[in-house]
Amino acid sequence: MKAFAERKILLSNVGLIDPERIDDYLERGGYGGLRAALERTPADVVEELKESGLRGRGGAGFPTGIKWEFVLKSRGKTRYVVCNADEGEPGTFKDRVLMEGDPHRLIEGMAICGYAVGARRGFIYVRGEYALSIRRLERAISQARERGFLGRGILGSDFSFDIEVRAGAGAYVCGEETALLESMEGKRGWPRIRPPFPADHGFRGRPTVVNNVETLANVPEIVRRGAAWYRTLGTADSPGTKLYPLSGALTRTGLVEAEMGIPLRTLIFDLGGGPPEGRELKGVLVGGAAGAFLAPDELDIPMDFGSLRRIGAILGSGAVLAFDDTACVVDLLGSVLSFFAHESCGQCTPCRVGTAVLVDLLARVRSGNGDASVLDAMRRVTEVMEVASLCPLGQSVGLPVGTALEKFRGEFESHLKRGPCPRCEAATEVHA
Amino acid sequence: MEGRIAMEHRPKRWEILRRFPRRRDQLLPVLHALQRANPRNYLSPDDLRAAAEHLRLPLAAVYDAVTFYSMFSLVPRGRHIIRVCRSPTCHLLGATPLIGALERELGIRAGETTPDGLFTLEVVSCLGLCDRAPALMIDEEPFGPLSPGDVGALLARYREVVR
Repeated sequence: MKAFAERKILLSNVGLIDPERIDDYLERGGYGGLRAALERTPADVVEELKESGLRGRGGAGFPTGIKWEFVLKSRGKTRYVVCNADEGEPGTFKDRVLMEGDPHRLIEGMAICGYAVGARRGFIYVRGEYALSIRRLERAISQARERGFLGRGILGSDFSFDIEVRAGAGAYVCGEETALLESMEGKRGWPRIRPPFPADHGFRGRPTVVNNVETLANVPEIVRRGAAWYRTLGTADSPGTKLYPLSGALTRTGLVEAEMGIPLRTLIFDLGGGPPEGRELKGVLVGGAAGAFLAPDELDIPMDFGSLRRIGAILGSGAVLAFDDTACVVDLLGSVLSFFAHESCGQCTPCRVGTAVLVDLLARVRSGNGDASVLDAMRRVTEVMEVASLCPLGQSVGLPVGTALEKFRGEFESHLKRGPCPRCEAATEVHA
Repeated sequence: MEGRIAMEHRPKRWEILRRFPRRRDQLLPVLHALQRANPRNYLSPDDLRAAAEHLRLPLAAVYDAVTFYSMFSLVPRGRHIIRVCRSPTCHLLGATPLIGALERELGIRAGETTPDGLFTLEVVSCLGLCDRAPALMIDEEPFGPLSPGDVGALLARYREVVR
């Protein structure tokens, strides 16, 4: 069996360079990927990405090279590259660490993407709360312009490309790519009905690549070192490394990078140091609030797209939220549901009403007001939301609800029988 | 139309708006800039009208966007905005007692502004500070992990600056 440990590629500069000095990035080989890309044809670069097997790190895992190819082959002449930096998934802070710690890696990845798909303009849509990320990116962009890595005729070629940072304003749903585009156009962030997909009809109706920060940060090394090298990392289904944000009841929380396929157990016990002294691990919420609850007997699961999908979970953002025996799953699911109810954009009825009904049903479980039919009702609501919601926000609520009810059913039943536990009582004292 | 925006800090507002092209996709950047320049940390009716006029949008379109995004406020706020996170991670590690301590220390409820106009307390969805949970931000500065006992000293730093 493969021995897993940290493997830093995306994070290789983070903490070691001054992110506000472009020379630090250059001294460590920075912009070598862009240089290499410009010596090849755009179609060649797209081909390299396809061969690398890189899959989107925003959660859906769509093959990046194929997305780029759609845009490269699109009819429209005006094309855009949009970086989705609207990181808002609970338990997730990986894109922030990248943008704060090594902003040029993202800028280089975007410039390569622009060259590959024939775009002249790029945008980084950063959530408004990430003030430091925004400042660092803006500074890095102006340095890159001064050195000729952005702007007109990049590095003496006839390729021109520039990047603008756009700040979000507090709306989780804008992490959904079409809501993000609406927001960039100056509207409320309501998801669009797809198709058409952004590759045909994106920002201002033009063909647009929308990629997550972590996805684009993979690009420079893939172009510099080649698809064959990249495929030596990770699994056949999910090549490369992955950023795993570790949070919750762990001795060492923080961001780690490891090859795709690292067992959850290694992340939690070796890299995260396990639960605090004297406590037992009770479960893990994997992939964010829109992810799945896993029980302690599922810790050997490899953390890649395919393996998690096979057990009915998702990799999502890669977030690992561990909780120990002092936590109450009913209370934790309550927090997840409040999050979704607050962040549902209100456009489609199944999600707007469904999230509110779930909060009410969970409150009944918390207070012990009802019987097992309350739990059945929760499942029925999420079944409707899964098939009838407009976007992934509403569609994915069934995953945390279903897995919590399935794996920790006894805890829900005991609340219904005996009434609220101390954790639930404390949590319901607060409002807002 | 011009006359309607002739009130509070108009010259400054014009200075801000002229930097932005008159296109709808500039709406969020314009609103951020106007809110930042407003001494009460919010978007006044005049701010909204000025944005609409500059971008040649119906006022309703501006209002629609402003009410959608949680970082924009239609009511005056304090000099410092405290955004305390209640995401599942922060909740798990003690956001509830932290929010309680903030409310007691400030003498207000979440969503309110202190009578001296110094602080507004907001409870938000997720700040992306999960490795430091429970966490909060004061203006653009992140803090965490925090226990209820840390609140007094933290706020004192902001109160002292004023005196």
